[in-house]
Amino acid sequence: MDGQGATADPQLQHFIEIESQKQRFQQLVHQMTEVCWEKCMDKPGPKLDSRTESCFVNCVERFIDTSQFILNRLEQTQRGKGGFSDSMLE
Amino acid sequence: MDSFGSDFSSGGSGGKMDTGTIMEQVKVQIAVANAQELLQRMTDKCFKKCIGKPGSSLDNSEQKCIAMCMDRYMDAWNTVSRTYNSRLQKERARL
Repeated sequence: MDGQGATADPQLQHFIEIESQKQRFQQLVHQMTEVCWEKCMDKPGPKLDSRTESCFVNCVERFIDTSQFILNRLEQTQRGKGGFSDSMLE
Repeated sequence: MDSFGSDFSSGGSGGKMDTGTIMEQVKVQIAVANAQELLQRMTDKCFKKCIGKPGSSLDNSEQKCIAMCMDRYMDAWNTVSRTYNSRLQKERARL
């Protein structure tokens, strides 16, 4: 893989970067649909009613908030205590 | 699946595959993988919602429930995708 073959082609490299990004997006959509389905969907009706739809919207927004909150807080505790990873390893 | 690696290097007629063909193939593989992912999760969720006690056959009301569940799952998927996308757009604009 060192500059040989597929990775050497800049066009292909760019293509893979874009597709990987798209795939991360898709993967998270699959995951959040599943999580929010559990939270928001009662019995599937003939239409997605507006109450359920706004539950899905809120669910996605709060899921992302949660993910960011956790990331921030971990960063803070790590900085504050000089590495919480020690206590995690023990 | 195991032909993927060898297709990559050897191509159809022994020569090297051109970039366009590789990109086409990768795109198809990705689409297939995504469809499988959706199918699997949808089957899981709709089985859970619609099949209370598995009987000797898939009865009429269960089939109706599954059909509706599939449509609602797609709605949900699209709503989630739209919401996530606009959230990304917003965050990008903030930077």
